[in-house]
Amino acid sequence: MAIQKVCGVETEYGITHLGVAEPNPITASSLLIQAYVAAVQRRVGWDFEDETPGRDARGFAREGASAPVVETHLVNAVLTNGARFYVDHAHPEYSTPECASPLDAVRWDRAGELILTRAMAAAAETLPPGQEIVVYKNNSDGKGNSYGCHENYLLDREVPFARIVAGILTHFVTRQLYTGAGKVGAEAGGETDQVTFQLSQRADFFEEEVGLETTLKRPLVNTRDEPHADPRKYRRLHVIAGDANLCEVATFLKVGVTALVLSMIEDDFLDLEGLVLAAPVRAVRQVSRDLTFAAPLDLADGGTSTALGLQWRLFEQAQKYAESEGLDSLGGSGPEVLAGWERALETLESDPSLLAGTADWATKRSLVEAYRERHGLSWRHPRLAQLDLQYHDLRPGRSLFARLPSERLLSEEEVRAAVTEPPRTTRAYFRGRCLERWASSVAAANWDSMVFDLGGDPLQRVPMLEPLRGTAEVVDSLFEECRTPAELLARLGSEG
Amino acid sequence: MAERELKRRPEREREQEPAEVEEAPQGGEKAEKLKAELDELLDEIDEVLEDNAEEFVRNYVQKGGQ
Repeated sequence: MAIQKVCGVETEYGITHLGVAEPNPITASSLLIQAYVAAVQRRVGWDFEDETPGRDARGFAREGASAPVVETHLVNAVLTNGARFYVDHAHPEYSTPECASPLDAVRWDRAGELILTRAMAAAAETLPPGQEIVVYKNNSDGKGNSYGCHENYLLDREVPFARIVAGILTHFVTRQLYTGAGKVGAEAGGETDQVTFQLSQRADFFEEEVGLETTLKRPLVNTRDEPHADPRKYRRLHVIAGDANLCEVATFLKVGVTALVLSMIEDDFLDLEGLVLAAPVRAVRQVSRDLTFAAPLDLADGGTSTALGLQWRLFEQAQKYAESEGLDSLGGSGPEVLAGWERALETLESDPSLLAGTADWATKRSLVEAYRERHGLSWRHPRLAQLDLQYHDLRPGRSLFARLPSERLLSEEEVRAAVTEPPRTTRAYFRGRCLERWASSVAAANWDSMVFDLGGDPLQRVPMLEPLRGTAEVVDSLFEECRTPAELLARLGSEG
Repeated sequence: MAERELKRRPEREREQEPAEVEEAPQGGEKAEKLKAELDELLDEIDEVLEDNAEEFVRNYVQKGGQ
């Protein structure tokens, strides 16, 4: 039985600092995050008297730990919703808390968009007139530079890594049919002049099948082995071969279908016959650039198949898997994932343009095509590149995505609540609630531990090596009964 | 795969039957509705777009990503 696919999404946002001569993205990212953290503190009225903003030695800081002076490095906040909001390389990055279902991953990913939007507004209050920091939820600057939207999935350590690689490659190559965020033109990967529009933001940038790198020679399957959980029991698959999505359905299917395919791999259910690509790296670009959806991809067995054909094969096995093994590993989202996947494939078969509103590439393409036709523009016209970019602009007044119709899976109330509330069904609940109640006693928070400073020496570490422990069901009563962090630690200590 | 053929065949058969006419307008309606919404957006989009497209696109440079 596949273990529950605890999952999360980390997004590096594109950032610009308007109104300055030589914008520095690291400074801008730091300003943005610190402005948010400071604004949140004002709102909840935390007491700063006893806080020690300098204690960031472990590389993690609590929400209540921002210094008034802008630090241009290591800005690193853990939020009460259990997420991490920090500067990574030259981008602001938001990592959702650990989620127990694909729908929760969508919810906390959307909360991230709201957090970035609020951060822009908070930064605007601190910047001199004429300056503005703007963020984009995309993966490329159109000039050969890419930044990632990574997914994470919990897997049983027993599963041989080679089986994961063999099983997931074809899915990573072909899922862009409904997860691609769309791009005008191409920036790398050869024959860029011939590309008018492609399905994926990231497809141009993959050069290897498997590897450890994430910034150069990007691999389709990333081998980073850092489980952020008990390493004897778990593996975390760190996925870098995906686009950041604005369509909720796209994020839902990206995470949900991948979690489902991984469950099949974990249970050794997936039959790879007719599913192995001869050249996955070449195929990822072929699929992204094929707007006829009919291009044959070479298979290792000498045959060919379209990307859609391969997705149907995966889907049919998933249907059988659901019947025989169930979809419990998807934390309640299973039936919707399967149904949504089938709908997406059927739409691709009948009229791919009708994915507008559920797949970002189709949503964006409908706009770009309509604009192009109305104004009689060539595909190289900068206006079209601008539409592409501004589709991803998170400012409510500028976002083109927000003006287009799209299918929603969540209410705005649910998304708003997730800005401050942690998911109730993973260890993120314990992290978030501790920060909400006792921020001033939390010296550091990490994915797999919390470190408390109770005034004495030494600091006390609470390990959190089980992603599904520390849920509301288990710890709510504990929080009710303990009035201080000292009481909490005493109770945790006595209960082992 | 037999299973796939089974699942998809009804789909294809329906497409060839006259009864399919019932379904076709649904897709058509959706496309029409989308087009109408797009037209509306295009009417007002210039107010939303940043002024100088060329400069705006040129200045968007993102280094140091994963």
